[in-house]
Amino acid sequence: MTVSSAAAAAPGAHEAHEHQHYTTTGLDNRKVAIWAFIGSECMLFASLISTYLIYKGRSVVGPFPHEAWTSPSGQKFGAILNIPVTSASTFVLLMSSLAMVLALAAVENKGKPGYEGLLGSSKFWLFATAAMGATFLGFQAYEFTSFVHEGLTIKTNLFGSSFFTLTGFHGTHVAVGVLWLMSLLFMDMKRGLGPKDTLIVDICALYWHFVDVVWIVIFTLVYLIK
Amino acid sequence: MAHPAAPTHAAGASAASESSEQTGLWSWLTTVDHKRIGVLYLYTALFYLMVGGLEAALIRTQLAKPNLHVVSAEFYNQLFTMHGTTMVFLVVMPLSAAFFNYLIPLQIGARDVAFPRLNAFSYWVYALGGLFITLPIFFSVAPNGGWFGYAPLSGPTYSPGFNMDFWVLGLQILGISSLAAAFNFITTIINMRAPGMTLMRMPMFTWMSFVVQFLVVLAFPVITVALFFLQFDRFFGTQFYEIGAGGDPLLWQHLFWIFGHPEVYILILPAFGLVSEVLPTHSRKPLFGYNVMAYSGIMIGFLGFGVWAHHMFAVGMGPVADSIFSVATMLIGLPTGVKIFNWIATMYGGSLRFPTSMKFAIGLIAMFTIGGISGVMHSSPPSDMQQTDTYFIVAHFHYVLYGGAMMGIFAGIYHYYPKMTGHFMSETLGSWQFWLNFVGLNLTFFPMHFSGMLGMPRRVYTYDAGQGWELFNLMSTVGTYMLVLAGIIFAVNFFRSRNRGPLAGNDPWGAPTLEWSIPSPPPEYNFAEIPEVTSRYPMWDLKSPERTAGIQHSHADSATIADAHAVPMHEETVRKTAKELGIPMPFNTFKPFCVALGIIIMLSGLIVLHSGHFALAMTTMLGGTAFMVGSLYAWLTSPLE
Repeated sequence: MTVSSAAAAAPGAHEAHEHQHYTTTGLDNRKVAIWAFIGSECMLFASLISTYLIYKGRSVVGPFPHEAWTSPSGQKFGAILNIPVTSASTFVLLMSSLAMVLALAAVENKGKPGYEGLLGSSKFWLFATAAMGATFLGFQAYEFTSFVHEGLTIKTNLFGSSFFTLTGFHGTHVAVGVLWLMSLLFMDMKRGLGPKDTLIVDICALYWHFVDVVWIVIFTLVYLIK
Repeated sequence: MAHPAAPTHAAGASAASESSEQTGLWSWLTTVDHKRIGVLYLYTALFYLMVGGLEAALIRTQLAKPNLHVVSAEFYNQLFTMHGTTMVFLVVMPLSAAFFNYLIPLQIGARDVAFPRLNAFSYWVYALGGLFITLPIFFSVAPNGGWFGYAPLSGPTYSPGFNMDFWVLGLQILGISSLAAAFNFITTIINMRAPGMTLMRMPMFTWMSFVVQFLVVLAFPVITVALFFLQFDRFFGTQFYEIGAGGDPLLWQHLFWIFGHPEVYILILPAFGLVSEVLPTHSRKPLFGYNVMAYSGIMIGFLGFGVWAHHMFAVGMGPVADSIFSVATMLIGLPTGVKIFNWIATMYGGSLRFPTSMKFAIGLIAMFTIGGISGVMHSSPPSDMQQTDTYFIVAHFHYVLYGGAMMGIFAGIYHYYPKMTGHFMSETLGSWQFWLNFVGLNLTFFPMHFSGMLGMPRRVYTYDAGQGWELFNLMSTVGTYMLVLAGIIFAVNFFRSRNRGPLAGNDPWGAPTLEWSIPSPPPEYNFAEIPEVTSRYPMWDLKSPERTAGIQHSHADSATIADAHAVPMHEETVRKTAKELGIPMPFNTFKPFCVALGIIIMLSGLIVLHSGHFALAMTTMLGGTAFMVGSLYAWLTSPLE
């Protein structure tokens, strides 16, 4: 493929960024970089998830994720994981991805027919995405606190160490995403985001969806599979 | 030796007329120019080379004779740990990064990297992180658990002091630098190539760098996680590496070497790339088997992820795992062998010149081959069982890292010094350095094969007489002093030649690639006009087309060029300012430095936490975080140019 046809294949990139320099692929540099970053993040979570799975069932003391446990001193502990509650928070996080898609569409099509009112407002959908992310974090805070009350801390056993580290890392990623969304929302309120800002919202959306996909993997492997 | 090509014109002489922003300490602290950042990397890494070299000299002095006590045993542990850590993370990787920074944009015909400020950030994280991990040695609290910090040995139970805290946090910091740089260079190479610069026309150094960036992106997150576990074990009481709690004693080893083996190729591939530039230039012949050279680099990178457990044959993984990793390791010998033969074939029938860079490049071929062959020897588990943790292994990896990576980097420095400074380095001093290096490294490392085979364990503080090790150890020590002398000669040559060396023009060596078409040192914008590239060897097309007659070309036709600024290939001789040419340049900025500093302060809080001052630790961590986030926001909301 010649350079000129590569550039012609993505005419939008030039329209959207008048000041953007010529690039070989026609894609914005930031878009290429975010994919490299996501590739790297895959290895980060692969290492965390593998460690959790390798350590599954190796804890010498409870409490355990899926079984009840009685300590040598006779203290009783229930199964730690609360699947119904986490299913609810998972649902919220998945719905936030939908809101993210709608936020991107609203920025991209600002002012076009069909994007009027609240449901066509990028501010509303950016806020909704951030709020659902924050709700997920609220669930996680509740989950962590209740586990600690039930007797599982990061120091208790291998399950505690690997569980809190894995889900904590994911939660940190969600928190960074929420901050990112709020920054976009702030920009939208201050100067209004329009079609020329598609790229910066798109990059945030890629990150947000990635964090969501990682949670689907974690929810399946950690919570659902016994 | 005379200089192979006399400077054609003195474009470099007018280099002094830079704008006022280009001088002074503040301009270096705030620069976002890839060339200046490359120079910063080069100087910083050469400083750490001196530090790591002094550590090596102390180690060898301690081992010169049986039962010496030149340093204490505890300090000796710090010396060998810091020697390894310094040379891998603070010397060879950053020296490669110096070339990535300086050369990649020039070789692909770009005005800068994709993210100039992120580039400055990478450098400052490296420079400050290097200090973080190096300074403790002056207080005798330097890391002391070996450069691969095996847990549980490096955990809180067996390494309770501050020593390994600095190692864990220091490596975490340096990882941030490498990752940020890798995202930057991947984007740069994918997206910033000049019109006509297809992937299969990229100079081989850029190709090997491209592979290395993918290795960094995929390997560093794994050690990041391993280090987080260790960090949490040390600071927050988790049990990842606690054997009593059911922890797996091999978890660290697996995670570390999944990173650690690709790291070996992260260290060597840039040097391979550099000699792939030097050899064709001084053989005056295109690189033999260009496509295969690129593919073998990719193959090495790919296989590099599947051989990590050959570092662990001695732990008893069982015959199936041992066999698989053994065969995979032997497979890597194939693409590496291909490279060796292609370099030899490049020289075969060429019209050879032997400036210092060429001597070092040929030195790499010979020395790396010795290290490669001893590597194939311990890819066999039964053989490895005899050799593991002995000086035989030390001999092996110094042949590949000193004889390979460092030789290649010296070749690169001598080759590109005229481009960076506008002046040649002294060939006389260069010859002295090369031959002292060559004899010194063989005298140092070849006897280690024997002391290793006789059973001398690596990292041992001292040894008794009468085991047959005395002569070999004395030889190694004498060889090390020769290497130190070679290093001093290099330093003299490096600093003297900056102003006194003969002037070099655009293209002092008659080299084939784009970076030689512009003045030396290059102007801040690199290319006044972005050239359209029509073959792999644009400068030879221009100057000696007979050399490239057999290579595929496309026609230069400005009408088909996507970028209106691109022009047919030519040599640039007039030096104008960016302003005169109307080229927008990025603003200098101090913010990347502030973000880097914030990260260091934040992580230093954990050291304070270990010392028991909870409130102070929290203040440090939160203060560092706030400073980092604030600087980051300021950075992201200010315009680039």
